[in-house]
Amino acid sequence: MDDVTGGTNDPGGTPLVELVDVQKHFGDLHVLKDINLTVRKGEVVVVIGPSGSGKSTLCRTINRLEPIDSGSIRVDGAELPEEGKALARHRADVGMVFQSFNLFAHRSVLDNVTLGPVKARGIPAAEAKAEAMTLLERVGVANQAHKLPAALSGGQQQRVAIARSLAMHPKVMLFDEPTSALDPEMINEVLDVMIDLAHEGTTMIVVTHEMGFARKAADRVVFMADGQIVEEATPEEFFTAPRSARAKDFLSKILTH
Amino acid sequence: MIDLSPLSDAVGTLFSDYDVLAAFWMTVKLTGFSLVGSLVLGTLLAVMRVSPIPSLQLGGAIYVNLVRNTPLTLIIVGCSLGLYTQLGLVLANPSSGTFIVDQNFRLAVVGLSLYHAAFVCEALRSGVNTVPLGQAEAARSIGLTFTQSLVLVVLPQAFRGAVAPLGNVIIALTKNTTVAATIGVAEASYLMKVMIEFRPDVLFLIFGVFALGFVCLVLPVGILMTALSRRLAVAR
Repeated sequence: MDDVTGGTNDPGGTPLVELVDVQKHFGDLHVLKDINLTVRKGEVVVVIGPSGSGKSTLCRTINRLEPIDSGSIRVDGAELPEEGKALARHRADVGMVFQSFNLFAHRSVLDNVTLGPVKARGIPAAEAKAEAMTLLERVGVANQAHKLPAALSGGQQQRVAIARSLAMHPKVMLFDEPTSALDPEMINEVLDVMIDLAHEGTTMIVVTHEMGFARKAADRVVFMADGQIVEEATPEEFFTAPRSARAKDFLSKILTH
Repeated sequence: MIDLSPLSDAVGTLFSDYDVLAAFWMTVKLTGFSLVGSLVLGTLLAVMRVSPIPSLQLGGAIYVNLVRNTPLTLIIVGCSLGLYTQLGLVLANPSSGTFIVDQNFRLAVVGLSLYHAAFVCEALRSGVNTVPLGQAEAARSIGLTFTQSLVLVVLPQAFRGAVAPLGNVIIALTKNTTVAATIGVAEASYLMKVMIEFRPDVLFLIFGVFALGFVCLVLPVGILMTALSRRLAVAR
């Protein structure tokens, strides 16, 4: 299917995540309608839209936390497995950062980061631990490594969650409203980590309301409303000259204050 | 001032004529073995009930609802008459001199374990419900399989959330061991019946001794489990 709205992404990159004619219903509610989206290697795509537009659901279908009704989703050329060990292996390759952090509450920060590499990848504990410390250093919470998640601030917890995902060396990172549950003063510490990742060439799909992040780090903005992709454009184009009425309406509501 | 010497004399005679401590030790052993059995089976049932496989869910649900709603006496007597007398299930060495005692003890442990597993399962399931869905989603998103998510992330938190209800199961189990007397296991209540038979003159005293004995057994369990549930609570 032709990319009628976008065409702004680097045509040279190889497609990493491809969604073709994806449909999903929650009962009678058609939450994803005819979704076609290609994300290329190294690309940072920001998905925005009003609440209930299906953007979180879209994000969650890519590692099959939400199964789809029809259509196809491919990551790195391979169709998503239905279930079982193959699906677990797929999920190991797709990093996910949640709105509510979801750190394992009964394990230390360090254990949170090493659990995946040790148990899902079979990496020796000492090696996993060393890398985890490097990652925690990188996101600025290495001094909290032996505490339980509940002892950390929201911003720190979310940075640990990012480190936990990075420890799996994912092909693509999904961020499902990573700053929506944070106090305002903690949002930037998380966004800074994400901006660094983006500049390092990590492939990212980010559901967010942070326009600043979109402007600074995104290659492309995908605007969703009522379960459909309404508009795709560069951040500059989208924020200064949105084409669709829905996007104009949405931007006028969030940018006026 | 009331003279208490006749009372203390009577208690002294009771304890010297009957081995009350040995009877309570039997109660403790019944409780201990049955607790291990019911924890193992109950965990298995809980895993079945929270699994995504419909036939396992159904199996777990049927077991729990059938066993939980059957009187314990029926299950214990069923173990003795059904498993042993009818089906010939032998759990002890038939040539040993203590065969009947061993066999009855082990049948009682089987019955108590089968029965309390249903309650352990439900206590654990209530613990699983204290674990937010996001924990399992995060576990799956880093590539853990269903079993790994359950064993490494969900169940450890579920056990912590289930400590208080599990405490109630242990308390009930301790007192329910008295039903084993119906198949001739010489635990506390069995001895109590014997003592009442021969010393009806000190009936209330005998009741008092055994009531106090059970309180002494059970009270620390309650205190311990309450302390544990505070200590192990998962901070969120």
